[in-house]
Amino acid sequence: MDFRLTEEQQDLRAGVRDLLAGRYGREALRASVDAGGALDRGLWRELGEAGFFALRLQEADGGVGLGLPEAVLVFEEAGRALLPGPLVATHLAAGTVPGAAAGTAVVTAFDLGGPGGPGGLGGRLVAHLGDADAVLGTPSLPSGEPVRSADPLTPLHRVAGPGSAAAAYRDEGALLTAALQAGSALRTVELAVRYAQEREQFGQPIGAFQAVKHLCAQMLVRAEVARTAVYAAAVTVDPAEVAGAKLLADEAAVRNARDCLQVHGGMGFTWEADVHLHLKRAWVRAEQWRTAGEAEELLAGELLAAELPTAAQ
Amino acid sequence: MDLTYTDEEQEFRACLRAWLAKVLPELPARPSPDDWPGRRAYDAGWQRRLYDAGYAGLHWPVDAGGRGATPTQHLIFLEETERAGAPYVGANFVGLLHAGPTIAAEGTAAQRARWLPPVLRGDEVWCQGFSEPDAGSDLASLRTRAVRDGDDYVITGSKIWTSHAEVADWCELLVRTAPISEASPKHRGISWLAMPMDAPGVTVRPLRTLAGSTEFAEMFLDEVRVPVANRVGAQNDGWRVTMVTLSFERGTAFVGEVVACRRTLGELARTAKANGRWDDPVLRRRLGRLYGEFGALWRLTQWNVSESEGTGGVPGIGGSVFKLAYSHARQELYDTAAQVLGADSLALDGEWVLDRLSSLSYTIAAGTSQIQRNIVAERILGLPKGR
Ligand SMILES: Cc1cc2nc3c(=O)[nH]c(=O)nc-3n(C[C@H](O)[C@H](O)[C@H](O)COP(=O)(O)OP(=O)(O)OC[C@H]3O[C@@H](n4cnc5c(N)ncnc54)[C@H](O)[C@@H]3O)c2cc1C
Repeated sequence: MDFRLTEEQQDLRAGVRDLLAGRYGREALRASVDAGGALDRGLWRELGEAGFFALRLQEADGGVGLGLPEAVLVFEEAGRALLPGPLVATHLAAGTVPGAAAGTAVVTAFDLGGPGGPGGLGGRLVAHLGDADAVLGTPSLPSGEPVRSADPLTPLHRVAGPGSAAAAYRDEGALLTAALQAGSALRTVELAVRYAQEREQFGQPIGAFQAVKHLCAQMLVRAEVARTAVYAAAVTVDPAEVAGAKLLADEAAVRNARDCLQVHGGMGFTWEADVHLHLKRAWVRAEQWRTAGEAEELLAGELLAAELPTAAQ
Repeated sequence: MDLTYTDEEQEFRACLRAWLAKVLPELPARPSPDDWPGRRAYDAGWQRRLYDAGYAGLHWPVDAGGRGATPTQHLIFLEETERAGAPYVGANFVGLLHAGPTIAAEGTAAQRARWLPPVLRGDEVWCQGFSEPDAGSDLASLRTRAVRDGDDYVITGSKIWTSHAEVADWCELLVRTAPISEASPKHRGISWLAMPMDAPGVTVRPLRTLAGSTEFAEMFLDEVRVPVANRVGAQNDGWRVTMVTLSFERGTAFVGEVVACRRTLGELARTAKANGRWDDPVLRRRLGRLYGEFGALWRLTQWNVSESEGTGGVPGIGGSVFKLAYSHARQELYDTAAQVLGADSLALDGEWVLDRLSSLSYTIAAGTSQIQRNIVAERILGLPKGR
């Protein structure tokens, strides 16, 4: 057993980080916010060319021929960079929806939980529908009413009727979303630590105050536990392990963003600081593919069924 | 990212499993928790069996009498022994997990030859004399004094919370060999000594824990003479030696316990199913969440072990991240157990309540959670040292 990343995996991660830093750095991020969250088709194609969506297709089919562990590393970086768009759904559609693999098509999914359908608020929410060419696992593109979204980079539409939840993709969708969450959680630790080193009060960096230090330490603990859970789930693809990874990564992303905001003080409450973008996206992702309640129920069922080691005496 | 075990590792696991299946039924009955001599004898007997079968000090270097096993083999060993319900390392904890590895890493050839074999055989039990009444988290401010007199140090002071002191033969003792001054900051004048517990002037007074047992003790040292030859590392360099010890303490101490917690959680789920509490969705989800958390903690253990392959088996400060997450999850586990059991969780004859009580020490012993957070913030995240 050697759980560490192989050299190729480390290189892949570093390469994606460089690519995203160059192509989707802070200025690009703020430009998409200013553009109202419309998807940048040019960027989408570039991601496609870089193999973002075709990563797990066989080389014979024009893919890169890598596996879920590699995909998880790439998505972790995307989460760190706050890359917008239906990344997971388009990745899952590669090979079935024409153009998805190359990034010439944008594919979204009915991946948001919630009651939806009859008895709900009159339909279910779908992310990025306005930009989408297809919806994962459905034959046609439904129409929907635009809804103002909490996350400025995740436009929402409300679609009438229950919609198909693309159940076949549920575990992989949850895992890749968890990887995005883990990346965001790791990034907010960095943002908090950097701010804590720079900002001075009472004549010293606020990071010298233990109350701030302990917030940051706990953020790292959450992010590292979540990251390990995501990596392991990518290796085993065990549904319970995937659910656990999603649960922990959702929590790490949401709570880390809140703590990061706290470390930033008044600055954290501004539109200017990126923290709110991490928090809002983390809220969106926490509703995607598998919510906390669903994950906990699934894990509880597995726990009862699992053959756990028993004491000999 | 490879979670499969190599053929060699699987072979190792299979042999160990077969051996455990053979020897465990032959073990005598466990002594009662209050029977200290009985516990020592039981733990020593188990250690002796491990030794005879070549499993003692598995992860120790070969030239220290160990088997030089890889961190992964050590992980498998801890996992399988726990899974099979083998005795816990118990009274041999300090000797095998810190004093031994410290002497192996920092001791002279003569010191290694004197102290390591009896630890491996289970013949000698060690305790850890670090904490003092006025030096807990601020360990470096310890005051127990050692004054040199010829070939001896003469030691005066007191130690506290010393686990297993009642049955120990040796104590890894931290003493002050240079006074604190402007020129000599507090962590500089400390030395690491091996003190025989039967030396004249050593008095052990058991302390009663909140669980009613006497797991630890106070130790009074009144002009105790310890040969200078018993010093491991240079005079006044004990702090660095201690950091080696503490990294072992935080690094591998909890592997078996994660396995135990996962099993406990399974038992709890079955109990909840049997007594109807499983139908409470809040409680059921809490159990589900814990299952996810302990699953992740097991993976984090594997991650840390894999990382330590790259550092020659010395556990890194990643141990602090693990300890923070684990100690809180463990307390949460026993609080959840109390919800499953209801009033039954108050019956002191049950093991649940004793485990629940003992879980309270996990965020204190081996460095409190607050101290661990300082370590993570300063040494991993690079935040400024605070006052
Ligand atoms: C079951 C058990 C077994 C033990 N076994 C041994 C043993 O065998 N040998 C041994 O040497 N010791 C042993 N200990 C001692 C243990 O290492 C200490 O209890 C521990 O390091 C804390 O020290 P303290 O008890 O003096 O608490 P204190 O240091 O007085 O701490 C009290 C409170 O103040 C907080 N605090 C202290 N300093 C800071 C700071 N800088 N920042 C923020 N908060 C702070 C602590 O987190 C804690 O909440 C054992 C303890 C227990 C509970």
